[in-house]
Amino acid sequence: MPTLAISVKDLSKKYESGFAVSHANFEVPLGTICGFVGPNGAGKTTTIRMLLGLISPTGGTAEILGESINHPEKYLSQVGAMIEGPAFYPALSGVQNLKVLATLGGFPVERVEELITTVGLEGRGDSKYKTYSLGMKQRLGIAAALLPNPRILILDEPTNGLDPEGIQEVRDLLKKLASQGTTVFVSSHLLSELELISEYIVMLRKGEVVFAGQLQELMLSQQPVILVKTQNPADLQRIIEIAKVDGHNATIRSEVAHIEGPENWAGVLNKKAFEAGIVITQLAPQLPNLEETFFEMTGDQR
Amino acid sequence: MIRVIFAEWRKLRRPTLFLGTLGAALFFTGLTTTFLYLMIDSEQGNSDRGRQVSREVLNLAGGSVYGFASVGGLLGIIALCVFAAQTAQEYTYGTLRNLLVRQPGRVRLLAGKLAAMKIFALLLVAIAAIVSVGLSVALADRAKVSTELWFTSAGYHAIGQTLLNVSISVIYFGIIGMTLGLLLRSPISAISIAVLWILIIENLIGAVKPVTLDWMPGNQLSVIAQGGSPDVSYSHALILGSFYVFIGAMIATVLFSRRDVAN
Repeated sequence: MPTLAISVKDLSKKYESGFAVSHANFEVPLGTICGFVGPNGAGKTTTIRMLLGLISPTGGTAEILGESINHPEKYLSQVGAMIEGPAFYPALSGVQNLKVLATLGGFPVERVEELITTVGLEGRGDSKYKTYSLGMKQRLGIAAALLPNPRILILDEPTNGLDPEGIQEVRDLLKKLASQGTTVFVSSHLLSELELISEYIVMLRKGEVVFAGQLQELMLSQQPVILVKTQNPADLQRIIEIAKVDGHNATIRSEVAHIEGPENWAGVLNKKAFEAGIVITQLAPQLPNLEETFFEMTGDQR
Repeated sequence: MIRVIFAEWRKLRRPTLFLGTLGAALFFTGLTTTFLYLMIDSEQGNSDRGRQVSREVLNLAGGSVYGFASVGGLLGIIALCVFAAQTAQEYTYGTLRNLLVRQPGRVRLLAGKLAAMKIFALLLVAIAAIVSVGLSVALADRAKVSTELWFTSAGYHAIGQTLLNVSISVIYFGIIGMTLGLLLRSPISAISIAVLWILIIENLIGAVKPVTLDWMPGNQLSVIAQGGSPDVSYSHALILGSFYVFIGAMIATVLFSRRDVAN
């Protein structure tokens, strides 16, 4: 029995214009939720397509449930996927679309109605797909991914077009599936959502994996930041100088000083600022969240 | 592969597609068969390209299916459009990726889709044949055409032979459409290029240099449906048409099985 849901080794896809994915390495254990993040064009969808056997790698290999991606027929019956948004036949209803895929995959068509309810499309299952809103299309895409009762669920931006309630429903659904043993590999731009549900994170930047591992490990590896506000904004520069004298990197953003340093140094700073006659109105040590870490690691600008 | 056939059939049987295609097929079948009998004495001819088909010809054992054989080329073009659209739309809708995730055997997927569309096309051919023969019987009296030989053993043989020829032709046209759909990945491009070539370019070139029609793919497939023509023999059309279809199908299969699905 494999212990890894996904194992990627030196996986590359090179086009004439360059590497879309370059020597990627990461592993996703079974039964976890793994967030797959990276800026647009980082190679997330290309990686997902390679994992699903839709495009051939130009180098390296990967295994899904212990089976090589060169033989997708050996594992795809246990994999549900929604790649780059939902895609269905506009002239068919939601139910008919799912029945096409259920028939093709050899899954019981009776499951279709149940899934329509699971994703909250009850009452609209018989409407033509072309009449669906973006959120409804997204829900149908998730239902299609759930058709095989998958051991691994690969979702590319599943919350696109969903309202906050829909996003929460998807989050709860993914958590429920993970609690039942399904491995969820999900890419999303909503990093705050991923932070809430993911145990593992794979971060891509320009086709290269910049981090792959436990989310907690990633967050702990980040330098804590002390946020400082002063009564007189002009004093912020003096705060920066105090930090630099003590060997801490510091910048000013939106009239707030961001100082990299351990939590216990906040007390030292407070004392030194008091001695220098600077009135501090806010002193908040904190760990960066996933979004801040993402921007830090991918070099992207907000 | 049976799962692929059933899945494809779910798409093909939707009323707009099925009834629309059947309507088009029956319209052309009815028109061609009706003109054949009602314009039998017209100096402008009663068959394709102004040809005259006499009573003596229609009195023969194969008279009942003459109209059906004449419309075979048009039925083929209808099949070409359906096959091309059903194939290319998987790219334009982005649904091919869903299909390949559920059926990663690409050749199997292609073969299953083709089998389902063949069944669809054969159903159309069978209905068109019944309508055409029925119309022929109904109009024979009025056109003073004798039906005495139509339902003899030779007549039934002619019906069977024509049904087979039209079926081969229609399926060949369909495979050409599927090939173009796979190559061009756009229903509009595939259909417009095919129809433009078969209905206009081939005829223009043929009008300037008639000998080229002996080699034109669209003409070979139409001639197969008619069981041969005064200019091109049946065996020549069948061999050359099969060759064109085989080459096209091979190119499409190799491309489909190896090409990345990136949309």
